[in-house]
Amino acid sequence: MNFDDTPQEAEFRATARKWIEANAPKKYEAELSKSSLGRIRLEKEEIVDVGKAWQKKKAEGGWACLHWPKEYGGRGATPIEKVIWQQEEGVYGKLTQPFQIGEGMCGPTVMAFGSEEHKRHYLPKLASGEHIWCQLFSEPAGGSDVAGLRTRAEKKGDNWIVNGQKIWTSGAHYSDYGLLITRTDPNVPKHKGLTMFFLDMKSKGVEVRPIKQANGMQEFNEVYFTDVVIPDHQRLGAVGDGWNVSLTTLMNERMSIGSRLATGFPEMFEFCSNLMTDDGLAIDDPATRSKLANWAVKASGLKYTSYRAISSLSKGERPGPENSIGKLVSGSMLQDIATYAMDLQGAAGELSGADEQEASGQFQQMLLSSPSMRIAGGTDEILRNIIAERVLGLPGDIRVDKDVPFNKIPTKGR
Amino acid sequence: MNFDFSDEQKQMRDEARKFLAEKCPSKAVREVLDGKAPYDKALWQGLAEMGFLGVAIPEEFGGAGAGHLELCVIAEEMGRANAPVPFSSTVYLAAEALLLAGSDAQKQKWLPKIASGEAIGTLALFEGKGNPSPKAIKLQASGGTLSGVKKPVPDGAIADFAVVAARTGSTGRDSDISLFLVDLKAGGVEAKSLTNVDPTRGQAELTFENAKAEPLGAAGDGWSILTQVLDRAAVLLAFEQVGGSDRALEMGRDYALDRIAFGRPIGSFQAVKHILADMYVSATLARSNCYYGAWALSTNASELPEAAAAARISATQAFQHCSKNNIQVHGGMGFTWEFDCHMYYRRANTTALTLGSLSYWEDQLIDRMRKKNAA
Repeated sequence: MNFDDTPQEAEFRATARKWIEANAPKKYEAELSKSSLGRIRLEKEEIVDVGKAWQKKKAEGGWACLHWPKEYGGRGATPIEKVIWQQEEGVYGKLTQPFQIGEGMCGPTVMAFGSEEHKRHYLPKLASGEHIWCQLFSEPAGGSDVAGLRTRAEKKGDNWIVNGQKIWTSGAHYSDYGLLITRTDPNVPKHKGLTMFFLDMKSKGVEVRPIKQANGMQEFNEVYFTDVVIPDHQRLGAVGDGWNVSLTTLMNERMSIGSRLATGFPEMFEFCSNLMTDDGLAIDDPATRSKLANWAVKASGLKYTSYRAISSLSKGERPGPENSIGKLVSGSMLQDIATYAMDLQGAAGELSGADEQEASGQFQQMLLSSPSMRIAGGTDEILRNIIAERVLGLPGDIRVDKDVPFNKIPTKGR
Repeated sequence: MNFDFSDEQKQMRDEARKFLAEKCPSKAVREVLDGKAPYDKALWQGLAEMGFLGVAIPEEFGGAGAGHLELCVIAEEMGRANAPVPFSSTVYLAAEALLLAGSDAQKQKWLPKIASGEAIGTLALFEGKGNPSPKAIKLQASGGTLSGVKKPVPDGAIADFAVVAARTGSTGRDSDISLFLVDLKAGGVEAKSLTNVDPTRGQAELTFENAKAEPLGAAGDGWSILTQVLDRAAVLLAFEQVGGSDRALEMGRDYALDRIAFGRPIGSFQAVKHILADMYVSATLARSNCYYGAWALSTNASELPEAAAAARISATQAFQHCSKNNIQVHGGMGFTWEFDCHMYYRRANTTALTLGSLSYWEDQLIDRMRKKNAA
């Protein structure tokens, strides 16, 4: 039991560190270290622009999507080398936010199901950040129940004509391409009538409308499709096999989202260590200490759980559904920490201006943003189902719509 | 990074699991639960023969000289099996105190007997209610003898010797406390068994009346040694708690798969699945904290105090959470004497207190984190 790199890992780490030291955009370092609660913003520039520049530089140096094969823009690195890179990239990793869906989900799906020609054409540009990809899965009628989606694709000659609506699409407003799952046959049970495509987001008939979120920000979008034409060669996998294709994507989603998780604990510990209340420092209050201790062991438990996963990776094992634990624990933690940090401020906790607060409004922001952490990328409930079914081996839910043709499934509750 | 036990250590875990499955079935635990014996003597001898009692004791003192990682692995299995033997008091408390502070002669006298199963040891720390604190220690040492009352003392009624925390000064400082070794069979000590929430782990009251005692470690060092002993025991006991958590989770999972209600296995209901998923989460967080504790313990790292407190808290919570929800998943059957659920529930809630309560360790953790941040 040790934390040491193998000699090869140590060598890789040293090379990565040296390159980052020489090439990282250091002028953003301080700003990036401060934005740690899932909300990344730069004072004067757009995160996408700064991110693209960093991604391009990485690609030129051979450090982009480094676990991908070289011919597709990667480095052919091992999974453990990718983890080492992420550790070394540190705060600059936050600049990769706009590319994470492409790198973590769309890219792997194209790699698994795309033609060789497509892979060589699209993947290097995705890796270098020249093209940003988004994932068009969720719909108003299909969130957790992804397979309940209703966006239609109909074959017409060598093309498909797409009509429908997607929702919760992160980054659709700045994306160049999208991975799109559609219904191609409503007469068969829901999982069987789906087909996957990718498309140019600038195609005629694609309309992106931003969604104003509960926290006041706009990161998600609705995407409408009106007679959008997609050539058949942009289909990924067989017609009707979209569900299996999407499992590849979603598997990667849970893993990539789980890899850089904020818990809010370090911020909370520092806050309580410095906050003077009428009865002294917050951290001297027994009730506060008990809560802090509880969060501390969750945060350290998650950290060492990820170390255990990294160790398995290092041995060549593939991490599985047990990694759902990260988001499940940290999502609620962010919410609980934010609530309590505001409680400690008394009535003044209501105020959210950056200049008002002891903690410059960071917990107020955390409060408003944290509900999405418990929903996006698999709700807490779906993650518990995954743990129960795929880790503990409990039986799947009884699905009343499983063998019913899709167009016979009820669409109204009452 | 290799944040895992080695193949050899895992092999030892498998051996221990197999041994305990055979020698420590529920029936054996129930012999002690039902009061037919104070502990399982045959199992104790078997553990000695397997080399498990002396796994972390150096060879020169009759042990296997393996190390603390190996001991962690055995501890997990002891917890999983709910073993009704004085393992934690003898191995985590008495042996660790001897290893940390004992003279060569003291080690030579007791450690080989621990390894061979001839001697049961314990730590006599508490004097009534409350958590570990130098202020709470009233038992007086004078002229090589001890007088006073200790309770609860784990396995005190069956122990052959005890490490006893006694007051040797009255300055109000930690250095008022010194440790002593007492041969409990040499006279001057009266042991009385106490009724315990978990009858498979005995507790006793020890009354010392001018009992002969020899110093363990330097005079005035008692509290500092005790703190270290408690940290080491916290990690080891946390592994027992993780073993117990995993077992409770498995019992719940198995029952949910077998039990049919409303025409389907109850494990297909999300309400039940989510209980079990949450049990898995708490057990996993605890295991990961324990691994860090094991690393700190085995390398004697400066991070040990913080790591031990984190492992202790996390494992205490996990075992309490898993054992109580195991009963819930079982429904009415879980509340019968016949099913084993209550044995883990009892063990979880007594182990939670043995080294001081959860709130005590929460307090310790925050203090230690602040110290580290200040440094």
